[in-house]
Amino acid sequence: MQAELKKIFTRPRTLRPVATHYCPGCGHGITTRLVAEVIDELGIREKTVGVAPVGCSVLSYNYLDLDMYEAAHGRAPAVATGCKRVHPELVVFTYQGDGDFASIGTAEAVHVAARGEKITTIFINNAIYGMTGGQMAPTTLIGQKTTTSPMGRVADQAGFPIRMAELLATINGVAYIARVSVHNSKNIIQTKRAIRKAFETQMKGLGYSMVEVLSQCPTAWGMTPVEATKWVEEKMIPYYPLGEFKVPKEG
Amino acid sequence: MGKEFMTGNEAIAEAAIQAGCRYFFGYPITPQNEIPEYMSKRLPEVGGVYLQAESEVAAINMLFGAAGAGARVMTSSSGPGISLMQEGISFLAAAQLPCVIVNIMRGGPGLGGIQPSQSDYFQATKGGGHGDYHLLVLAPYTVQEAVSLTIEAFDLADKYRNPVMILGDGCMGQMMEPVEFKKTVPRNLPAKTWTLTGAKGRPRNVVKTLYLDPVALEKINLEINRKVQEITKNEVRVETYQTDDAEVVIAAYGTVARIAKTAIKALREKGVKVGMVRPITVFPFPYETFEKIAHEVKKFLVVEMSFGQMIEDVKLGVCGKAQIRFYGRTGGMVPSYEEIIAETEKLVKGVN
Amino acid sequence: MGKITINQNTCKGCMLCINACPSHLIRITQRINPSGYYTADFVDQEGKCTGCTLCAITCPEVAIEVYRKEKLGGEK
Repeated sequence: MQAELKKIFTRPRTLRPVATHYCPGCGHGITTRLVAEVIDELGIREKTVGVAPVGCSVLSYNYLDLDMYEAAHGRAPAVATGCKRVHPELVVFTYQGDGDFASIGTAEAVHVAARGEKITTIFINNAIYGMTGGQMAPTTLIGQKTTTSPMGRVADQAGFPIRMAELLATINGVAYIARVSVHNSKNIIQTKRAIRKAFETQMKGLGYSMVEVLSQCPTAWGMTPVEATKWVEEKMIPYYPLGEFKVPKEG
Repeated sequence: MGKEFMTGNEAIAEAAIQAGCRYFFGYPITPQNEIPEYMSKRLPEVGGVYLQAESEVAAINMLFGAAGAGARVMTSSSGPGISLMQEGISFLAAAQLPCVIVNIMRGGPGLGGIQPSQSDYFQATKGGGHGDYHLLVLAPYTVQEAVSLTIEAFDLADKYRNPVMILGDGCMGQMMEPVEFKKTVPRNLPAKTWTLTGAKGRPRNVVKTLYLDPVALEKINLEINRKVQEITKNEVRVETYQTDDAEVVIAAYGTVARIAKTAIKALREKGVKVGMVRPITVFPFPYETFEKIAHEVKKFLVVEMSFGQMIEDVKLGVCGKAQIRFYGRTGGMVPSYEEIIAETEKLVKGVN
Repeated sequence: MGKITINQNTCKGCMLCINACPSHLIRITQRINPSGYYTADFVDQEGKCTGCTLCAITCPEVAIEVYRKEKLGGEK
């Protein structure tokens, strides 16, 4: 007797049915879907506004069926601030990469946190600049080879990688910060939980929330997708530990 | 409501509020600090939001967010800060977002000085930011005119979906004059259907400036240019002062035009037939006015607080039909009316 | 008891699903799709798939849809 098979997993409503330009195995594809799933589960699609960055995810407004801005490089938190101050009832989030959040946009990142702005940042950390062809990022690890650190990053010359989650967690205006990863299914489940908690933090008006998502970048790292997920586990997580760095104090 | 005694900066801020501006994002820089300070006090009184950004770069991007969300929004700065805003201004023009940007000019280049200048004319009218766009640039010359132009600026920005700049200088920003705020007449403006307010009951909107397909990007540029042409056709403002019988005409704008009026009074008393053309919009520039006057008048004296920027537009308007002499002070120095009298007399006598 | 479908046009052959499946029911094929990728395919002759969705949640392209038998009360 054939049992009734029910479809239990499909494309979320907020994720537009278009092919993405992301490379095979890229963490952006996974994370964008998780953001869409959370928005659907919270039922907030019609009152959510996203801000896309400059970077691989610049075209994320083509993938999410939301009102969206495309901001200048690094300025998404400022754009989000402008929007949220005009419409405090909306859920406003930025989706940014290493260059956008940890390099050119560091001032905006620190200050949106300092202001305790009630917005959420999804920060994709893949330790490299993907869109422009694989240059060194502020999150590139010591010894990591990139097109602008061809011999491997050397601290004397190029400084040390920045841990944005820990950095921002020291700021009072921050209500929730977590670092998660999308390199395997178990961690993808944790990532979704963190994204949901971040959005809920915003909706409760508790302050700024940020989820740093460690992601594989197979193309720029010069590896297969499966090899790249192993690199996240073996190389990135020791330097960028997973966990919650600040949780909301409620009540 | 009677007359109030206010600085130019404060008057511009109050005018913005009267025009319905409820959001101000800015950063301190002399000589315009009175604008954010006034806004920080007044906006909460009218249920608005004053937010001091971490930099001018952040401020202009907050404008992008707030304008994209449909609000009337303003920022103000000077020299170095306006330079920092240029990328954001290009983005605002590209996304066709209405907003008002106030530049209270100071001595430059670099950190320069805090005294008045007019050395940002090129930046304001010829570009400033990258790409093909133009700001509508209004140049008031009294505190009262700053009020009326600021109020108009918001309507013009909404009408054309384009950023508008108020080009003042440190003298006008700091001086105090009696000023009257007349009741504003609401203008019939198109509804903002393109704003980001949450995609409820409608397809989602996107506020963006990236178009990787050149066919699409050209269309955007053509639309921006179409608006620039419309602005050029409809929005030229200029004052002609005693030009009907003039044999020599001074070209000046802003504070310099005020000083020139004093010089003109004195020169007329001496029997010199001198007048002035004062552009009120420096973009669009009143080329036609200069062209017409140059049929009869063969001597122009351009006076600026720079080493000569508006003079290039005067030359375009005059088109070789008359002699053009330049007098300028720069680095924060303000020309006196005696200097303008002396230069005009040199021009009249044909002396170098 | 479950099954999955993998959209052969959307799949980019990244093989993360193959790596994720605890029962090893997905494999890469020699089939090249219109985008030029070798695609992954579901092969479950013994009906081992539990519909755990670990493959689907790992897929960056949302190419996988998962079906599971309706249970009478209780969780999977």
